Amino acid sequence: MNKTSVHRAARAAALTLSFALPIVAMPASAHAETIKVAFVDALSGPMANVGETMLKNLQFAADQINAKGGVLGGKTIEIVPFDTKMSPKEATIALKQASDAKIHFMLHAISSSVASALLESVNRQNERYPDNRMLYLNYGSVDTSFTNAKCSFWFYRFAANSDMKTEAKVNEMAANKSIKKLFIIAQDFPTAHDAVQLSIDLLKKKRPDIEIVGTEFHPMGRVKDFTPYAGKIKSSVADTVIAASFGNDLSLLIRSGREIGLNVNYYTFYANGLGVPGAIGDAGVGKVKLITEWHNNAVPTENMERYYAGFKQKYPDPKDEFISFPGKLAIEMLAKAIDKANSTDPREVALALEGMKVTAETGEVTMRKEDHQASLPLFVATLDKKGAPGVRHDLDGSGYGFKNNVRIEPLMTALPTTCNMVRPVK
Amino acid sequence: MDFLIVSLLNGLSYGLLLFMLSSGLTLILGMMGVLNFAHTSFYMLGAYFGYQISRWVGFWPALLIAPLVVGGIGALVERFGLRRMHRYGHVAELLFTFGLAFMIEEIVHLVWGRAPVEYRIPAALDRTLFSLFQFQYSAYRAFMMLVSLVMLAVLYFGLTRSRTGLIIQASLTHPQAVEALGHNVPRTFMLVFGGGSALAGLAGVIGGNAFITEPGMAAAVGSIVFVIVVVGGMGSLYGAFIGSLLIGVLQTFSAASDLSLRKLFELAGMHAALTGPTAELASVKLSQLAPILPYFLLVAMLILRPQGLMGIREEE
Repeated sequence: MNKTSVHRAARAAALTLSFALPIVAMPASAHAETIKVAFVDALSGPMANVGETMLKNLQFAADQINAKGGVLGGKTIEIVPFDTKMSPKEATIALKQASDAKIHFMLHAISSSVASALLESVNRQNERYPDNRMLYLNYGSVDTSFTNAKCSFWFYRFAANSDMKTEAKVNEMAANKSIKKLFIIAQDFPTAHDAVQLSIDLLKKKRPDIEIVGTEFHPMGRVKDFTPYAGKIKSSVADTVIAASFGNDLSLLIRSGREIGLNVNYYTFYANGLGVPGAIGDAGVGKVKLITEWHNNAVPTENMERYYAGFKQKYPDPKDEFISFPGKLAIEMLAKAIDKANSTDPREVALALEGMKVTAETGEVTMRKEDHQASLPLFVATLDKKGAPGVRHDLDGSGYGFKNNVRIEPLMTALPTTCNMVRPVK
Repeated sequence: MDFLIVSLLNGLSYGLLLFMLSSGLTLILGMMGVLNFAHTSFYMLGAYFGYQISRWVGFWPALLIAPLVVGGIGALVERFGLRRMHRYGHVAELLFTFGLAFMIEEIVHLVWGRAPVEYRIPAALDRTLFSLFQFQYSAYRAFMMLVSLVMLAVLYFGLTRSRTGLIIQASLTHPQAVEALGHNVPRTFMLVFGGGSALAGLAGVIGGNAFITEPGMAAAVGSIVFVIVVVGGMGSLYGAFIGSLLIGVLQTFSAASDLSLRKLFELAGMHAALTGPTAELASVKLSQLAPILPYFLLVAMLILRPQGLMGIREEE
């Protein structure tokens, strides 16, 4: 035996072992004791920190249920993560992996394009393989079409959709008599254009006296210096701005506004994004308004405070923030549906889930039967410094949090739907 | 008239910022023929070091220390990494810096996390310096412009008047002769690379608190810096200066304008009855396109004048 053949043998052995070991090392899955729920979302890429935070949020919600006895007489909910890499193609692969692992429930929130791909895949899979169906629980996508034209029996949305939030925002603006001139700025993509058009149409009906002095769309994530846009807002003499952007674009815009001395109020949906309140900082105090399903100063009841404190205790790093109330709702209502159906068959659970009413900490939440959209209370809040009256908690340790202004009843944002739900017979 | 002056001031200040970022890159490219993909990563490191050091000892010491640290890292990268790649040619050097950029980004993820960090403008500069036509200009923006101009002056005089600068310039075209005269040419290159990286680091310390410091910041400015270097002429400091100002002013003016094809037609007296996709295309405003105009300029420059505004044709 010479050196080359020894090398070759060693290489072959190593290769064989590397394939064999994972199979051998796989533990026998304890199907009897746990009910697996797939977390299919962005665990790598630019939104990875949001994905990781959402996972922690959901894990905590599952822990609470398991601590109280779990579901179906003692079975625990186990959350199994899969990475979508925030790409529709990778997400489809992740979904396949979850299905292959015989998981029948999927939680997802980040990215509407990924949501669209997942919805299509789930519909197709459930039609082709009725023995291996997947229930898609979405707790973050706002694209209204998912519960209208694209509605599906297998899709449930626990967050407010874009039209609902826009309705709440416009109602709030309509009630504010000090708004005279409005400037609208958003990121340049189709759903944003639709949302802006809806805002304009609704405002024309409810407050025709408000003058829209400018509409601006900017490329997403490409603008470093928002001074020209802030300057445009200033020249237009607007007193209010609808800032529909999210992430760094929103923070940079508001900071530019402060730099040039812009004195306006901003209406946003995304000012509570991870890292955003800290990035906006003083520039937004008293000026930035948020429409949301929940924020950590919205419901100062004992139950809510205890839940929030429990989360902060399990995840003490300030960057791990509890941000997704809809995610909590998704887990809690899923558990209730499994118990109500007394089964983990996706179709049975789905039938139990639609029409379900629960009393959550924020108020009454109804999972509408007609379109699988959750109807729930919304809140309007203003950015402020931690410690100011009404701002007991801040966000991600930044020193800035939201002060609650108004609670909007579910009925005010219960909108008609174009959904023609097709229910499977078996 | 006031629109013109305000936009010009904004454009110039943004352009000077871009110059701070691209000066180091074009120097390294001109001196060593290496397109440093990790240049904006050094910018990011400068911002993060600036953040960390400000938290320990304050902004002003950080302004001095952080660029030096980044420059030191750059020098080490050149000495122990890039130098070994030199014998394999330009492509190998490029790939090395490309991989380095990814590595630096992951290290930043590990140390500081993926969310933005709160790197704040120092309180002393966080106020309005003056008002022009109701637009306020912050003291910090003026400070950024000042540093950028000082950087240009120091670079120019350093390269043309100092002994080290003359050795650097000579090493570019006649390295063997310079070495024969007894100068340490490899060490000169290390100095240039370290110096260029330090410049990027300085841009990071200053820009990181004005624009948000987060792991994606390197990738976000990577493309625009490349555009400036190509438009200005690879290796030309003057070119980078003019290119930065040109792009800064171009982007600012177009972002502030409401012009669209449709409006142009209307101004000319033609009210075209457009429908369908043509209508949408005609209504696209210049301000929507503003951030991508530099790339149109890049393509135009490469077609019409590939050596850039002030670049010299490479004689290899």
